[in-house]
Amino acid sequence: MFKYLKQLTSLVAMVAVLFTFTTETMAAKKSKTLKNTQKKGFVRCGVSQGLPGFSNADAAGNWTGVDVDVCRAVAAAVLGDANKVKFTPLSAKERFTALTSNEIDILSRNTTWTLSRDADIGLTFVGVNFYDGQGFMVRKNSGYSSVNDFKNGISACTNLGTTTELNMRDFFNSKGISYEPVTFEKADEVVAAYDAGRCDTYTTDKSGLAAQRIKLSSPDDHIVLPETISKEPLGPVVRQGDSVWEDIVRWSLNTMIEAEEYGVTSANADSMKTSDNPAVKRLVGAEGELGAALGLDNDWSLRIIKQVGNYGESYKRNIADTGILPDRGPNELWTKGGILYVPPAR
Amino acid sequence: MNIKKILPQLLTLLVVILIFGFFSYNAQVNMENRGITFGYGFLSQESSFDVQFSLIEFDGSHSYFRAYLVGLLNTILVSVIGIIFATIIGVVVGIARLSNNYLIERTAAVYVEFFRNIPLLLQIFFWYFAALRALPLPQDTEPMFGVFFLTIKGFFVPAFVWNNLDIFIYSIIAAIISIIFIRIYARKKQENEGIQTPVLSISIGLLLILPILSFLFGGVDASVEVPVIKQLSQSGFTYEGGIKLPPELISLALALSLYTATFIAECVRAGVQGVSKGQKEAAASIGLTPNQVLKLVVMPQALRIIIPPTTNQYLNLTKNSSLAAAIAYPDLVLVFAGTALMQTGRAIEIVSITMLTYLSLSISISIFMNWYNKKIAIKEK
Repeated sequence: MFKYLKQLTSLVAMVAVLFTFTTETMAAKKSKTLKNTQKKGFVRCGVSQGLPGFSNADAAGNWTGVDVDVCRAVAAAVLGDANKVKFTPLSAKERFTALTSNEIDILSRNTTWTLSRDADIGLTFVGVNFYDGQGFMVRKNSGYSSVNDFKNGISACTNLGTTTELNMRDFFNSKGISYEPVTFEKADEVVAAYDAGRCDTYTTDKSGLAAQRIKLSSPDDHIVLPETISKEPLGPVVRQGDSVWEDIVRWSLNTMIEAEEYGVTSANADSMKTSDNPAVKRLVGAEGELGAALGLDNDWSLRIIKQVGNYGESYKRNIADTGILPDRGPNELWTKGGILYVPPAR
Repeated sequence: MNIKKILPQLLTLLVVILIFGFFSYNAQVNMENRGITFGYGFLSQESSFDVQFSLIEFDGSHSYFRAYLVGLLNTILVSVIGIIFATIIGVVVGIARLSNNYLIERTAAVYVEFFRNIPLLLQIFFWYFAALRALPLPQDTEPMFGVFFLTIKGFFVPAFVWNNLDIFIYSIIAAIISIIFIRIYARKKQENEGIQTPVLSISIGLLLILPILSFLFGGVDASVEVPVIKQLSQSGFTYEGGIKLPPELISLALALSLYTATFIAECVRAGVQGVSKGQKEAAASIGLTPNQVLKLVVMPQALRIIIPPTTNQYLNLTKNSSLAAAIAYPDLVLVFAGTALMQTGRAIEIVSITMLTYLSLSISISIFMNWYNKKIAIKEK
């Protein structure tokens, strides 16, 4: 069964590649990045240096995570094969330069969408694949139960060059607490320093805290405080100036979220072609000509769903089942009380 | 004839200009394509981030330029501390390597071979992550002499609280100026009359007596502020008051000085060995005491050999201090080329400023050392 599926996908991929090459549409002509990607045969994707649940490599070098899945979705849409991705691990400091200097074509690295980043430095954020917020982790035996217990002189470990650094200052300033910021370039070094007792608290995005807690010498001795001190909408980023590529990445992500909304999964995607709901039929490419507008064939979205799965599958596989954040919180669909809401694909 | 000489130079110049032109044009076009603007205006913007350790007052309401100064001063601080300790350790170890005592000579040799053959970054990680973990938490610390507290959160030392600090500083300046005059006078006296003046004891006396007088009559007053333990939470403590030296500074200075000292030790050994035996014997034969032989014959010649390679080591140490970024010491690279770069996204501007800064730092050290080298060089009379 699996073998058959693989053969089918590669067949579809070949046809798709041929199709896109022979009938080069206006969009493809306009998009340098799309053209280059098709020529190279893989999507160049910038990820983190190891954040379980988001982008993390196993011992064999296989990348998994919700951020990784965005790049895989784009590869499935553009090249027909979700595995045709070249991952480049980047530090927080390197990430934007790598993107603007053409080292990578998508930055999917738990990056917070802010105005200055979006407008000022040649980047464009295409959407949000994880709604996060900054929190604090402390030792259980400290007796802290809330950020209101913090006292003057507290030392806080965090990552260098992130919005965390700025939020931390805003937070401590508004509370009138004097603090000592200790900032490292790599997340592993932050964890090691906090673990050693250099800092009283470790602050970063709450998903990051949950993921890094596993790396501590005794995870059960630490808790994440309930307060969230900032909005951290994390999402994929592309270079400014290639609006077609931007659209492809945006709608690859949107497809995953919308597929979950309509109950289309990697298992039932093929059978959904005969669905009664036109929205579902459009999603699996059985109706409309949505692919052409992006310079792709009409099965691009079907391939995403079949090869990567919908957003819910990706979340479950990477974040919930690994025990990082079993509760989806705001990252639930708008129809189920969350805030995941994407424009319709039509 | 003239053209033959000038033409190759002109061509070389042209090629250099073309290469620079190509790269700056390339950068300009690419930046324009990606909608990146270029300019140094961001330096006056509010930085909105805090720094752990700073020699000047700094918080997020200050500008990026001030953040640059904070980083620069921290780089200079750790370099100066590193250079001082590396020189002291280097000289001691270098001389120990020349010792006739087998144990001392071998110990020094092992030290040199061990520390200079391990990459510096690893040594920094060792001092920070391995040695730091062994330090006690603030509440478990046994005070040294009752007032120094070495903890995992830093080294807390007492601070002086001054009254009329300016008068105290004037007294020291006055002492230094008078010492300079006494030295000039002593030299003249020796050249004219052949009588030596005990300049060293007079200098030490002046440096002690003038500041003491400022305490007694100048209204100068200093009290000591000892760090006091403070409870942050049920299990968390820190110290308040006094001066706090962050563990990052200590590990970095330690790693830099222990590493660089090995090279300086070899320079010192080479220098002393480079003075021929005949010089010492000749000096002894005209009746100089061993101290005078060292001071007047060996050292002046040895220094000429020691200083140029030691200058290189000082430069290396200053540049190596940029490894600070790995262990959260807020130096120029971490604060300016790290946080500030990330928050503004101005890669080209910030990296160019940082490079120019290191260049100027290195050139200043070079100029100073060259001046010193010239000063002690043999002057043909």
